[in-house]
Amino acid sequence: MNLTLRIWRQQGPDAQGAMSTYEVTGISPDMSFLEMLDTLNEELILRGEEPVAFDHDCREGICGACGMVINGQAHGPERTTTCQLHLRHFADGDTIDIEPWRAAAFPVVKDLVVDRSAFDRVIGSGGYVTVPTGSAPEAHATPVPKAVADIAFEHAECIGCGACVAACPNGSAMLFTSAKIVHLNSLPQGAPERESRVLEMVGTMDDEGFGGCTVTGACTSVCPKGIPLTSITTMNREYLRALGKSG
Amino acid sequence: MSSYLDYTTGDALVDTKAPGGPIAERWDRRRFEAKLVNPANRRKHTVIVVGTGLAGGAAGATLAEQGYRVIQFCYQDSPRRAHSIAAQGGVNAAKNYRNDGDSVQRLFYDTVKGGDFRARESNVYRLAQVSVEIIDQCVAQGVPFAREYGGLLDTRSFGGVQVSRTFYARGQTGQQLLLGAYQALSRQIAAGNVETHPRTEMLDLIVIDGRARGIVARDLVTGRVDTYIADAVVLATGGYGNVFYLSTNAKNSNATAIWRAHRRGAFFANPCFTQIHPTCIPRSGEHQSKLTLMSESLRNDGRIWVPERAGDTRSPAEIPEDERDYYLERIYPSFGNLVPRDIASRAAKNVCDEGRGVGPGGQGVYLDFADAIARMGRDAVAAKYGNLFEMYERITAEDPYRVPMRIYPAIHYTMGGLWVDYDLQTTVPGLFAIGEANFSDHGANRLGASALMQGLADGYFILPATLADYLARTPNDEVAADHPAVDEAVFAVTDRLYRLLSNNGDRTPDSFHRELGELLWDECGMARGEAGLRKALDRIPALRAEFWERIKVPGSGTELNQSLEKANRVADHLELAELMCLDALHRAESCGGHFRQESQTPDGEAARRDDAFSYAAAWEFTEPGAAPVLHREDLVFEHVHPTQRSYA
Repeated sequence: MNLTLRIWRQQGPDAQGAMSTYEVTGISPDMSFLEMLDTLNEELILRGEEPVAFDHDCREGICGACGMVINGQAHGPERTTTCQLHLRHFADGDTIDIEPWRAAAFPVVKDLVVDRSAFDRVIGSGGYVTVPTGSAPEAHATPVPKAVADIAFEHAECIGCGACVAACPNGSAMLFTSAKIVHLNSLPQGAPERESRVLEMVGTMDDEGFGGCTVTGACTSVCPKGIPLTSITTMNREYLRALGKSG
Repeated sequence: MSSYLDYTTGDALVDTKAPGGPIAERWDRRRFEAKLVNPANRRKHTVIVVGTGLAGGAAGATLAEQGYRVIQFCYQDSPRRAHSIAAQGGVNAAKNYRNDGDSVQRLFYDTVKGGDFRARESNVYRLAQVSVEIIDQCVAQGVPFAREYGGLLDTRSFGGVQVSRTFYARGQTGQQLLLGAYQALSRQIAAGNVETHPRTEMLDLIVIDGRARGIVARDLVTGRVDTYIADAVVLATGGYGNVFYLSTNAKNSNATAIWRAHRRGAFFANPCFTQIHPTCIPRSGEHQSKLTLMSESLRNDGRIWVPERAGDTRSPAEIPEDERDYYLERIYPSFGNLVPRDIASRAAKNVCDEGRGVGPGGQGVYLDFADAIARMGRDAVAAKYGNLFEMYERITAEDPYRVPMRIYPAIHYTMGGLWVDYDLQTTVPGLFAIGEANFSDHGANRLGASALMQGLADGYFILPATLADYLARTPNDEVAADHPAVDEAVFAVTDRLYRLLSNNGDRTPDSFHRELGELLWDECGMARGEAGLRKALDRIPALRAEFWERIKVPGSGTELNQSLEKANRVADHLELAELMCLDALHRAESCGGHFRQESQTPDGEAARRDDAFSYAAAWEFTEPGAAPVLHREDLVFEHVHPTQRSYA
């Protein structure tokens, strides 16, 4: 199949960006979206042009590195990561727009690559259990009901790709942050830091320039791991509870 | 220059620092005899940790908790993305929660035997001991392992082991363990105890007065090449399976850090030992960029077959039962489809080599669930394997409930790596290698769910103890910023980057990588023979010369330049590949996942040769393209006696 790609090219963080148009021909519908970009890049290199920069690594939907807005949708038309999107979901002759995540807290590094280090700082402000190595109690000392473990797992699945932020009209990181808070706050291991965790992480999220949540639900509709919207409401409840305790 | 094949043999590696005495007491003894660093003095020591996977993340977090100054590097945008995150199955531990007869002794035994008797007993015993603490640590961190209704941890069996000792978090165990380590590391970064450098790649090791004293690293965003000085350097950079181009590894996993360290004096052990995983989705064409693993658990209910007749292109439904060859059930009646990874992999290759492979390119065999669906019902199959079937359908657009899956073996994990002693120290004092980057614990083969165990054992528990001993025994002296060794390393790095950027040839980095990978897969993959290895050893230097003549890297070195990163890594792959082939050529025995055509039993099974090859082969670098020096570490088996494996 043949495709026309309109790709956001931006040389660096301070450079002006613009859409550039490329034709790719003889593409197989079995290719992943990233393999199609690989093919384009091989051609660009041989023509002496700079290939399109994009983040990627595991290419099996779990590392969270790849991320781009495809035809206006984070990760494209299928609810999965970009590496697991295949060209059979497009038609021969299609024109496809490819842009980076756009959010104030995710500055563009180059082309489709953005800086998501704000996520790491959110985690660093409370997204952990304080347990130095070697001081852990026997694993069976604290039973965790299966239902609780399942809720924790469902939220721990977040891969930190940033699609939720990219899809949100406010550039909010509520889904990302709430996923970690619900994961840890629902477990007995996370209980001692339950209040400080939510207060600190929400504070960091605001400081990093992520927007507020107006419950549009755009985040969950693009989340490749299906983190539910109830995650945010649970976080809000935890936040109010913690405020009450600290006040 | 001498021929690469004319390697010489140097002194044997005799002192592994493993203490003597009863094997169950060795780790305790080593820890007791190790010198300690006073808590108040720890902040005076700086340690560089390269890599943030299970081993590196765990080590960085633990060393920082203990009070050392840690400088940590990863080439990804965040320490949360290392390839450990993609491990699916689980992590082994000798907890014996099932009361099914498991013990440290049994995990030790299974691991030595599973490694086909090419691992060091003392290390493996320690790994089994520490496994118990790993689970405690991870649970305390909030890792959401699967639970029983009573609230206790659930376990499952894995890879033909007879006890249920594998702890898991659905099919995402690696992700959950890695995030646990990442969170612990993030806490230390936020506390100011770890200086972190994401999107930064180590490109050389700085060795001064025979000790590792720092690294040269390139900021991948700005292109800046900087030096970092420390009292010790820890490499936790993973394996080198990507040298094959197509593998189950993440695309950016590479060999540069360990290869640069090898060039600076660290011996490289057993480079030809590669694990092949039998159940991957076959490649769909020339454009394929990587291979996706399907969980091995599918072999519990799926039946593997190919058409009886070569060149049969009918759809699977049109091939009647009596024209199918269920070859594993036929050749290995007592184990059938559940033979170990290496046996299943080689059998698939053999039937494909006979022209009986299925799917595009004939590089695939059927994994058929029709019988299981008829026997258990579609719903029961869906409950067990639903997510895997979904993943398969997403990638191939074929519905495995209706047509058999196609699978083929793929490169999965490298057992070779930098040689380390019992302290996880390489032959360069002050340079440590942990996790998949070292060679130590898996022998010639790795059991399922033991990679995660080793990464965490090294990072959380073993390295922090042995590194303290090194720091306590070594003078805490300063390195002058303008030391000639620092300048020389920076010059070597920048000169190479300049050569790559200024060459302006006509071939892309990927085109070389693909060609090298195909050569290695054909000649140094699942089956190797002397003629093929010699052919590869002839071709690789020519390909390397061609690389430096024809490589084309657009852009500059002062910004994000992914082609430059790639070319720089492929240059190292081109050198490592030669050592892999030489190691494979010299080891004229079949062992683990490595089948040597000249060493087989009369019925075509792998024949290990303990009389001649019961050692780890540690290679010393001499100069580029010149023959290396082989140092042997003899392996002594006092507790698990080597026996030939049989699955007939």
